[in-house]
Amino acid sequence: MDAYLSLWETYGGQMLSTFWTNLQLTFWAAIASFLLGTLLALMRISPVPSLRWAGAAYVNIFRNTPLTIILTFGVLVLFGVFRVTLASDFNLNFFRIAIIGLTIYHAAFFCEAIRSGVNTVPLGQAEAARAIGLSFLPAARIVILPQAFRGAIAPIGNVLIALIKNSTVATAGSVAEISGTMKVMMEFRPDVGIPIFLTVAVFFVIVVLPVGMLTTYLSKKLAVAR
Amino acid sequence: MNATDTGRGAEAAGPVVRMEKVNKHYGPLHVLQDIELEVARGEVVVVLGPSGSGKSTLCRTINRLEPIDDGSIYIDGVKLPEEGKALARLRADVGMVFQSFNLFAHKSILENVTLGPIKVKGMKKAEADKLAMELLTRVGVANQKDKLPAQLSGGQQQRVAIARALAMRPKVMLFDEPTSALDPEMIQEVLDTMVGLAQEGMTMIVVTHEMGFARKAADRVVFMSDGAIVEQAAPQEFFTNPQSDRAKDFLGKLITH
Ligand SMILES: Nc1ncnc2c1ncn2[C@@H]1O[C@H](COP(=O)(O)OP(=O)(O)O)[C@@H](O)[C@H]1O
Ligand SMILES: [Mg+2]
Repeated sequence: MDAYLSLWETYGGQMLSTFWTNLQLTFWAAIASFLLGTLLALMRISPVPSLRWAGAAYVNIFRNTPLTIILTFGVLVLFGVFRVTLASDFNLNFFRIAIIGLTIYHAAFFCEAIRSGVNTVPLGQAEAARAIGLSFLPAARIVILPQAFRGAIAPIGNVLIALIKNSTVATAGSVAEISGTMKVMMEFRPDVGIPIFLTVAVFFVIVVLPVGMLTTYLSKKLAVAR
Repeated sequence: MNATDTGRGAEAAGPVVRMEKVNKHYGPLHVLQDIELEVARGEVVVVLGPSGSGKSTLCRTINRLEPIDDGSIYIDGVKLPEEGKALARLRADVGMVFQSFNLFAHKSILENVTLGPIKVKGMKKAEADKLAMELLTRVGVANQKDKLPAQLSGGQQQRVAIARALAMRPKVMLFDEPTSALDPEMIQEVLDTMVGLAQEGMTMIVVTHEMGFARKAADRVVFMSDGAIVEQAAPQEFFTNPQSDRAKDFLGKLITH
């Protein structure tokens, strides 16, 4: 116990600050990948075959590529080879590149979650929208997507939860985040490895559990009555 | 309120709907075969025929919810465009009432009716609200305006669907079995609304199994079988003196039921 407390004194601040990094990665990547995922879902349900094809190709490529590989590519190739610079500060640059990597990957999953929501909307809704003279985009924006989002809250929540946890993979993109801190601590004091592990696990549970409960609650409360 | 008072300027003199040699296939199935149909302004055409004869498909090609393989369809003299903005504009002139109502499930009754005028025609909200309340009053559901569709009975939902279509001031209204999904006690209220529309001079194409409506409101009955228009006549003539064997067979089955 004493060993753990002294370790906490040394590393506690770093744990909190790196975990804060995870939350920031999640926040920005969630917004960006939700928007990109919505765009991809629109492409996949659009009347234009080439857009449908491109949307499907995107999803199939990035959903099936390990996130570690995407984030490693970001730092070693985008930065290492092409010198992609999104911030003059070294660490901020990696942070932003990691957000892009997380976004690219999770957009594929948000797309599929939203598409599952589109499948809860009866075909007649789109037909009625077309019949009053709405073209594809207005029909999607006003009639289809609002119902699709409400029908997809649970799967969207699942993607968000995966994203929170996957933010730890940003270590592969040279971002100082909580799993990196944990690794350092465990290497320094393997004897208190279990308490360290439990501490980090609790951090995540504290964040993930309410997200899960909230989305379960909202998916019932906001379900479209038919 | 008058259904023919559409607020448009001079209207073309020809038929409101004209179908010329329209063909459509679903794979090997030739679902519409050389369809020729003209519907005059103010005319009420009832389409009859056995299940699977292509009645719904015919209806749905008129506002291009289903594309056709060849032939042409004209709405008020204008050929139906292939896709895009022009098609959307023309669709606004063709009201459609579906068997399953298809009210926008996440919008209130009032919003269901105002959505088209506001988003398609750019009408001001206050003006659209006023129009919608007039129409909802006319179909007898004005007191439900703030509810969601799922809170209404089927008959009420279908009357809202009629109001929603009317709000676009259509040149023609299509009805695809508007009472088939309704409980028996709600059929009449919807039919009454439709008879009212017919009497006010709305141009209507109605697919239905309600022979009473056909006798009472139709100017012409079009009988379809296996994707073709087999015969057409005034209702009295069709019901008392059908020409084709298929029509006789169809009417015979109705009576024995
Ligand atoms: N989307 C479709 N794909 C394939 N076949 C279809 C489709 N829609 C309708 N059909 C077929 O076309 C025929 C006519 O259908 P429909 O127009 O719905 O007939 P009706 O309304 O007279 O009952 C039926 O045999 C039906 O099975
Ligand atoms: Mg049908």
